[in-house]
Amino acid sequence: MNLQAEIPLDYMIVLSTIVFFVGLLGVIIRRNLISMLMGVELMLNAVNINFVAFNHYLFPHRLEGHFFALIVMAIAAAEAAIAIALIINIYRQFATVNVDDVDELKY
Amino acid sequence: MNPLLILLLIPLLTLTGIALAKGTKQVRLVSAIGMSAQLLFAFAMLFLFYRERNSGNTDDMLFVSTTMWYETFNIQLKFGVDGISVSMIVLTAIVTFAGIFASWQMEHLTKEFFISLIILASGVFGFFISLDLFTMFLFYEMAVIPMYLLIGIWGSGPKEYSAMKLTLMLMGGSALLLVGLLGIYFNSAPDGGRLTFDLTEIAKVHIPRSAQLFFFPFTFIGFGVLGALFPFHTWSPDGHASAPTAVSMLHAGVLMKLGGYGCFRVAMYLLPEAAHSLAWIFILLTAISVVYGAFGAIWQKDLKYINAYSSVSHCGLVLFALLMMNETATTGAILQMISHGLMTALFFALIGMIYGRTHTRMINEMGGLMKVIPFLSVIYVIAGLASLGLPGLSGFVAEMTIFVGSFQHTDTFHRVATIVACSSIVITAVYILRVVGILLLGPITNNHYLELNDAQWFEKLSTVTLVTAIAIIGLTPFWLSDLVREPLAHMLQNLTNL
Amino acid sequence: MDYSYTLLILLLPFILFLFIGLLGNKIKPEFSGMLGTTGIFVITVLSYFTAFNYFTNKTGEAYQAIEAFQFLWLPLTDKLIIHLGILLDPLSVMMLVVITTVSLMVHIYSLGYMKGEVGFARYYSFLSLFTFSMLGLVVATNIFEMYIFWELVGVSSYLLIGYYYERPSAVAAAKKAFIVTRFADLGFLIGILILSFYTNTFDFNLLTSVDGPAIAQPTTTIYLGMSITTWAMLLIFMGGAGKSAMFPLHIWLPDAMEGPTPVSALIHAATMVVAGVYLVARLFPIYHFTSPDSLDVIMYVGSFTSLFAAIIACSQLDIKRVLAFSTLSQIGYMMVALGVSGYGTEGLGYMASLFHLFTHAFFKALLFLGAGSVIHAVHSNLMTDMGGLKKYMPITHVTFLIACLTIAGIPPLSGFFSKDEILVAAYEHNKLVFAVQWLVAGLTAFYMFRLYFNIFWNSNREYHHTPHESPFTMTIPLIILAAASAFSGFVPFHNLVTSDGLPLHTEFHAMIAVPSVAVAIAGILISATLYFRKNSKPESIANSMSGVYTFIYHKFYIDEVYLFITHNIIFQFISRPVAWFDRHIVDGTMNLIGNTTVYFSGIIKRMQSGHVQWYIWYFTSGALLLVLLILYLN
Repeated sequence: MNLQAEIPLDYMIVLSTIVFFVGLLGVIIRRNLISMLMGVELMLNAVNINFVAFNHYLFPHRLEGHFFALIVMAIAAAEAAIAIALIINIYRQFATVNVDDVDELKY
Repeated sequence: MNPLLILLLIPLLTLTGIALAKGTKQVRLVSAIGMSAQLLFAFAMLFLFYRERNSGNTDDMLFVSTTMWYETFNIQLKFGVDGISVSMIVLTAIVTFAGIFASWQMEHLTKEFFISLIILASGVFGFFISLDLFTMFLFYEMAVIPMYLLIGIWGSGPKEYSAMKLTLMLMGGSALLLVGLLGIYFNSAPDGGRLTFDLTEIAKVHIPRSAQLFFFPFTFIGFGVLGALFPFHTWSPDGHASAPTAVSMLHAGVLMKLGGYGCFRVAMYLLPEAAHSLAWIFILLTAISVVYGAFGAIWQKDLKYINAYSSVSHCGLVLFALLMMNETATTGAILQMISHGLMTALFFALIGMIYGRTHTRMINEMGGLMKVIPFLSVIYVIAGLASLGLPGLSGFVAEMTIFVGSFQHTDTFHRVATIVACSSIVITAVYILRVVGILLLGPITNNHYLELNDAQWFEKLSTVTLVTAIAIIGLTPFWLSDLVREPLAHMLQNLTNL
Repeated sequence: MDYSYTLLILLLPFILFLFIGLLGNKIKPEFSGMLGTTGIFVITVLSYFTAFNYFTNKTGEAYQAIEAFQFLWLPLTDKLIIHLGILLDPLSVMMLVVITTVSLMVHIYSLGYMKGEVGFARYYSFLSLFTFSMLGLVVATNIFEMYIFWELVGVSSYLLIGYYYERPSAVAAAKKAFIVTRFADLGFLIGILILSFYTNTFDFNLLTSVDGPAIAQPTTTIYLGMSITTWAMLLIFMGGAGKSAMFPLHIWLPDAMEGPTPVSALIHAATMVVAGVYLVARLFPIYHFTSPDSLDVIMYVGSFTSLFAAIIACSQLDIKRVLAFSTLSQIGYMMVALGVSGYGTEGLGYMASLFHLFTHAFFKALLFLGAGSVIHAVHSNLMTDMGGLKKYMPITHVTFLIACLTIAGIPPLSGFFSKDEILVAAYEHNKLVFAVQWLVAGLTAFYMFRLYFNIFWNSNREYHHTPHESPFTMTIPLIILAAASAFSGFVPFHNLVTSDGLPLHTEFHAMIAVPSVAVAIAGILISATLYFRKNSKPESIANSMSGVYTFIYHKFYIDEVYLFITHNIIFQFISRPVAWFDRHIVDGTMNLIGNTTVYFSGIIKRMQSGHVQWYIWYFTSGALLLVLLILYLN
C-alpha cells in the first residue's frame, strides 16, 4: 500500500488546518463551555493529525510522532476530565455554562 | 572599628529599642535617647575629624573603610567623610534631634511613626557617609521611601494625594538618577579594567566626553528633583503641606540637602566636562527658581506653602551657587544648605506647634499671636529674620558668600544671573514680614486664642536647639567656612583642571 | 595710644541686648531700664575719652586712621575677607560721640516717657541692639562690616517702629520701613559686589586712600554709557539714600513716626537716618576722584529732597510728621554739601556736611524729645489739639524754642554755623542749588515756627486733663540737648573732621550769612503773623489754593504711587500669576503626566475583560501576527 502516491502530505496538512481552525472558531464563537471544550478537543486532534502525518511522510522509519499523538490523546483525556470538573463547578457557582456570564476575573 | 559605622549602629539600636518598647512614653523616650546619643556622637565625629586633620592626615577622605559587598559588579560598602559630609552629618543629627522632640505629642501609631522617622534619618546618615555610588543610591532610596508612609499615614489634608505625588516624583527622579549612575558605572573604566562604583576611583578616571554629556542631565536632574530644581519642585509644596511636623522638618531640613550634595558630589564632580558645558542651562533654571520661589511665596496663604516656596527659593540658591563652580560660591552653597536646613526645620517645627494650637495654617485666619504665645512668636520672628538674611544669623553668611563668590565670574551671563538672584533678598523680606505682620503682630483676631498656652518644655528644647545652631553659625561662621572650603578646593581642582 | 578698650564700646551694648532680651521678663522693668541706661552711660564716657585721646594725640600733620581692633570673621576669597574691626578716624570718632550722646539722652528720657509700658524691658533691649549696630556701623573697618551693621540697624529700626505691635498702623509702618530700605540695600549690596570685584578689597583704608586700587587704578570699563565705578558708586549711594530717606526712597520715614517718640529721636532723626550721609562721607575720596558724576547726582537728589520735604512739612498737622519731613529736608542739606564738595583744601562741603550732621543730631533729637514731652502731656500728635502750652510746660517750651531757633539758623546757635558753611560751599559750586537751599532755609524757619506757635501759643484751649510739665528724667535730657544745640556750633570742627584729615581754613562770608539769616527771620515773621494768635488767615490761604494744598498735604501722592506699584503691579501682576502658574502650569504638567498615565491605563485595562474568548482571540491573532512577521522578515 503506497499512501504517498495516492494522498500527498499537503492534503493532510490542509485537513489538519481545517480541523484546527474549526476547533478554534468553536472555542472563540461558541458561548457554551462544553462546546468550547469540544473545540479544544478538535484543535488537539488537528495537532495529532499533523504529528502522525509528518512522522509518516517525512520520517517513515521512526515513531516519535505517533508516540506524541498518543501522549496528546492521554493528556486530552485528562484535560477533558479537569475541564468538565471545572465546568460543573462553574455551573454550581453561577448556575450557567455560558462563558459570557463568567467574567469575574476582570479589571 | 570605623567610627562612621557607629552613626549607622546607633539608629539601628534605637530601632530595636523602639520595637521592643511598650506604650507611647517608652517609645518616645527610647527615640529621644537614641537621637540624643546620635547628636552627641555627631559632635564627637566633628571633634574626631578635626583631631585627625590636625594630626596631619591630609587624605581627601578620612575614616575610610572598604568592604567588598557584591563581587560580581564590584559593589563595595565604602565609607568615608570629608569636611562637607561631617557638617552635613551634624546638621542631620541636629534636625533629627529637634524633630523627635517636635513630634513628642504624636499619639497615633507612635511606634510605627518613630520607626519610619528613624529609618529615614539613618538613610540620610548612610547617604552622607557613603563613597560608593551604589550604596549611596541604596541609602537615598531608604530615605525617600519611608516618606510615603509618613505622609500617607500621619499626614493631614489630601495626604494620600500628596504622598503619592511626592513619592512618584522622587521615584521619577531616582529613575533618572539610576540611569545616570549606571552610565557612570559603565564608563568608569574607559581604558579597560574593572568597572567600579567607587566615587573616589571614578573621580580619577576621565570619562569620555560624549558619555559625560549624555549622563550629566540624568544625574543632575535626578538629584535636582530632590533639591527642588525648577520645574521639578512641585512635590514640595503639596508634600510639605500634608506631612506631619517632624517629617516636614527632616524632609526640608536634610532630605532636600541630599539633592544639592548629590548634584555636586556625583553629577558635577564625576562629570566635570559636562558640568562645564551644560552649567548655563541649570544656572538659568536655578536663577529662575530663586526669584520664582520667592514671588510664589508672596501670594500663598497657607503657612506651610509659604515655607515650601521659600525652600524652593533657598534651595535654588544652593544649586545656583554650586553651578558657579568656584571656591567661594560653593562654600556659600554648603553654608546655605546647612543654614537653610536649620532655618526651615525651625520654621516647620514652629508651624506645627502653631497649628497644634490654632488648628489652622491659614495666615488670614490668625493674628496677634505675639500676645498669646510670645515664646513661639519670638522664635518665629528670629527664624524669619534668619531667613531674610539678618547678619548674626546663619542665612546672611551663606547668602553673602554665595553672592560674592558668584560675582567673581567675569562674564555678563553669570553676573546678571547673580544680580537676579540677589534681588531675592528683597522679595524674601516682603513675604517674611508679611507673614510676621499678619500672623504674629496686630490685634488678636480670635478670642479663643487668649486661652492658648505657650511652648512646653519639649517644644522649647526643639526650637532652642535649632536657634542656637543658627546663631552659632551666624556669629562665628569662620570655622564652618574653613571646614567645608578645604574639601571643596580639592574637588574643584577636578572641575577646573580638565 | 592703645585704643583696644574701644572694643568695650561695641561689646557692652551687645551684651546688654542679650542680657535684657533674654532675662527681661524675669527682672523688674525698672531694673532693666536702669541697667541699659548705665551701660550706655559707660560707653558714652568711653566714647568721650576716646574722642579726647584721639583728637589730642595727633601724630604728624593729619589725623591718621587707626585700626583699634581687627578680627577675621569670614574669608570669602583670598583678597576679599570680612574682618570685624574698629576703625578710628575723625569721622568715626565724631560719630561715636554723637551716637552715644543722643543714645544716652534717649535712654534717660525713656525712663520717664516709657514708664509703665508693657514690654519696657523689650524696649531697652532693642535700644541696646540699635546702639550696638549703629556704633558698629560707624566704626566699621571695611565696607562689608558696614553692610552687616547696616542691616542690623535696619532690623533694630524695624523692631522699634513696630514696638506697639498690636497697632496695625505701627506694624505696617515697620514693614514698610524695612522693605523700602531693604530694596535700597539691594543696590548697596550690588554696589559692594561691583566695587569689591574691581578693587579686590573691602577695606576702607585701601579703598579710600588716594593711591589705593579704587582711586589710583580705577577701572575704565564702560557699561551702558557709564563707567563701572560710577555704577557701583551710584548703587552704593542708593543704599545710603534708602537709609537716609532721600527722594524717592523717603516714603518710609514719615510712617516710621509710629514708633515711640524717643525712638524717632534716636533712630529717625539723629543717628540712623544720617547713615547715608556717613556712607557717602566714608567713601568720599572714591566719589570725588573716580566718579564726579555721581556726586552731582547726590547733590541734585539732596537738593530736591530738601525742597520737596520742606514744602510738605509746611502742610502737615501731625507734629512728629512735620519733624520727620524737616529731618528729610536737613539730610538733604547734608547730601547737597557732600555733592558740592571738593577734596583737601577744597573740602569745605565735606566738613560742612558732617558739621551739620553733628549739630543736627542734637537739635533734631531735642525737637523730637520736646515733641514727645508735649505728646506725653496732651496725648495727641496733632497740632490742632494743642495750643497755649507755654504756661503749662515751661522747660519744654524754652528748650523747644532754642531748638527751633537753632534749626532756623539764627546766630549764634549751632545751626547757623553749620548751615552757613553748607550755603557757602553750595554758592561756590552751583548757584542754582545755592538758591534752592537758601529758599529752603526760609521755609524751614517758617514751618518750624508754625509748629512752635501752634503748640505753645495760638489759642488758649481747655484741656480734659490739665497738661503738666514732664518728670525730670525727661526734662534733664531736654536741657542737656538744648545746651548742646546752642553751643555745639563753637566746636572747631574744621580743625577736626575734614576730608583729608588736615585742618581746613574757613572764613566768615557775610555775603552769605546775612541773606540766610534774613530769610530765616522772614520765615519766622510770616509764621508769627499766621499762627501766633488764633486767626483765620492760615485757613483762608489753604482754601485759596485748595488743590495745591491738598496735593502737598497728601505728600504729592508718592505713597499712593508706591502702593499702586507694589500692590497692583508686583503682587497682582507678578506674584499672583507666578503662584497661579506654579499651581496650574508647572504642577498641572506634573499632574497631567500622572493623569495621562491613569487615562491610558484605563483604556488598556479594558482588554482585561474577563471574557476568555476575547483572550483567545488576542492570543491567536498575536501568534498569527508573529508568524506573519517572521515570514515577512525571512
